[in-house]
Amino acid sequence: MSLGAHAQHHLDSLITAWQRLRAQPLASAFSILVIGIALSLPTGLYLLISNLDRASNGLAEHTEITVFLKPKTETATALSLAESLRNEPGIRKLRFVSREEALLELQRSGLDDILTSLSSNPLPHALVIEPTQTSAEQIRRLDQRLRQRPEVDAIASAEAWARRLTALLDFGIGLTWMLSTVLALALAAITGNTIRLQIYARRDEIEISRLIGATDRFIRRPFLYFGALQGLLGGLTALLLSGLAILWLNQSVAELATTYGSSFRLALLDVPISLLLLVGGALLGLAGAGLSVTYTLRDFD
Amino acid sequence: MIELINVTKHYPGGHVTLANVDLHIQHGEMVFITGRSGAGKSTLLKLIGSIEKPTSGHIKIGNEDISRLRRTTVPYFRLNIGMIFQDHKLLYDRSVLDNVLLPLHIREVHGAEATRRARAALEKVGLANRERSRPITLSGGEQQRLCIARAIVGRPRLILADEPTANLDDDYAHEIMGILQALNEGGDTILIATHDQDLIVRYGKRRLVLADGTLS
Repeated sequence: MSLGAHAQHHLDSLITAWQRLRAQPLASAFSILVIGIALSLPTGLYLLISNLDRASNGLAEHTEITVFLKPKTETATALSLAESLRNEPGIRKLRFVSREEALLELQRSGLDDILTSLSSNPLPHALVIEPTQTSAEQIRRLDQRLRQRPEVDAIASAEAWARRLTALLDFGIGLTWMLSTVLALALAAITGNTIRLQIYARRDEIEISRLIGATDRFIRRPFLYFGALQGLLGGLTALLLSGLAILWLNQSVAELATTYGSSFRLALLDVPISLLLLVGGALLGLAGAGLSVTYTLRDFD
Repeated sequence: MIELINVTKHYPGGHVTLANVDLHIQHGEMVFITGRSGAGKSTLLKLIGSIEKPTSGHIKIGNEDISRLRRTTVPYFRLNIGMIFQDHKLLYDRSVLDNVLLPLHIREVHGAEATRRARAALEKVGLANRERSRPITLSGGEQQRLCIARAIVGRPRLILADEPTANLDDDYAHEIMGILQALNEGGDTILIATHDQDLIVRYGKRRLVLADGTLS
C-alpha cells in the first residue's frame, strides 16, 4: 500500500471522527465542556501561581536590604566597606546612611522629643542595599555574604518574606501537578467512556467490517481520532475559559494594584503553555480512546 | 485450491456440527453445498472463510493452512475472499455506494479509484441507478445483489455465498444465480450453501451433501 493511500486513510478517519462529533452535537458539546472544565482547573491554578510569581518579582524589585553596622564602626571604615560592596556582584544600588543622617531622619519622622532626651546618638551607620537579583534564594545568599563581614551587626531584609512566598509558590506548583494528574486521568476516563458507548452503538458496523477483512487497526483509527479531537477541543475550551476568567478578574486586580501604585495586570497563558494544553488534551483523549477501544473490541471477540 | 483434511467442528456443549470432513475443491469450480437446516452448511463456509476455527483437522487454501492463522493475520486472509451472507449484513445507515466502498477502504483504496471500482461493481449487479439510496429502501433481491457487489468489489478469487437466494422469489433467485454463474465463468471459485434443490438441479454443478456432520 502506498504512502499516499495510507495518508488518505488517516484523513478519511479524521473526517469520519469529525462527522461523528457533529452527528451528536449536544452530547459532543457536553463532553467537550466537561473536559474543558476539568482542564481549566489546573490551568487556572497554574495561572494564579504564575501571576503571583510575577507579582512577587515585581514587589521584590523594590526590595531593600538594610545592613546595620556595629555601633563602634568608624565612619571611614563604614565608607570603605560601602565602597567595596558597591563592586560586588548581586548589588545593584548601595546608599550609605551615616548615624547622623539616620538621627536626622528619625527627628523628621516626629521622634524629636525622645531623641533630645538621649545623651548621645544611639544609631549605627547603615547601608541600604538594592539587590540585582530578587529571588528568595539569591537574597538569602547575599544576606549570608553580608553577615560574614566583621563590621556588620544586623541585617533587615525581605529574605524571610521571600522564602515564605517561594515555599507557597512551590506548594502551589506541586498542587497544580497533582491536580493535573488527577484531572488528566478524569479526562482519559471521560473520553474512554464516550468511545465505549460509541463502539457499542456501532457494534454491527464493526462486526460486518471484521467479517469482510477489516483489521483492528482499521476499526480503531476513527475512534482514536475522535478521542484526540475531543481532547483537543476540550483543551481549547479550557484555554477560552481561563482567558475569560483572566479578563473578568483583571478589572478587580487593576483597581487593587492602583491602590499600591502599581500597574500590575494578570497575564494570559503564554504560547508554549497554551500549546501544551492543546496537545496535552489531544494526547490524553487519544490515550483514553486507545485504552477504551482496545478493551471494548476484546469483548467482541 | 481448497482442501479440508479430517476437519471436525463442535461447539461448547458437545454438539458436533462437522465430523472428520475431507474435501477438495479445484480453482475455478462452482460447488453447491446442500443439506437440511442445521446440517453444518453455514459452519463449513465459516470455517473456509476463517470466521471460525476447526476443533481439529486442517483447512488449506492455496498453500496456506488457515486453521493455524493467528488472530491478527485473519483479516488479511479474509481480504482474499468475497462473502455473501444470507442476512446480507449491510450498513443500513449508509448509502448503497458507501456499502460497496467499505471493502475498498479496508484495502486502502480511496478517492476516485475507489468510486470507479464501486460503481463498476454496482453496474455488474444492476444497481448503478441506486447508488445514493439507503439499503433499507431496496427489495430483498436488490439487497442481496448489493451484498454481491460488496463481495466482488475487492476482486477476490474465492466467493462464499451462504443461502444467497433464501427468502427470494424465483425471479430474484435466478437473477442472483445468474450473477454468481457469470463470476464463475470469469474464473472465480464459488461455494454456495443452499437447501434449494431445484436451483442445484437447474445449474447442474458439483453438489456436496452434508448430513449429520458428514459429507457425501
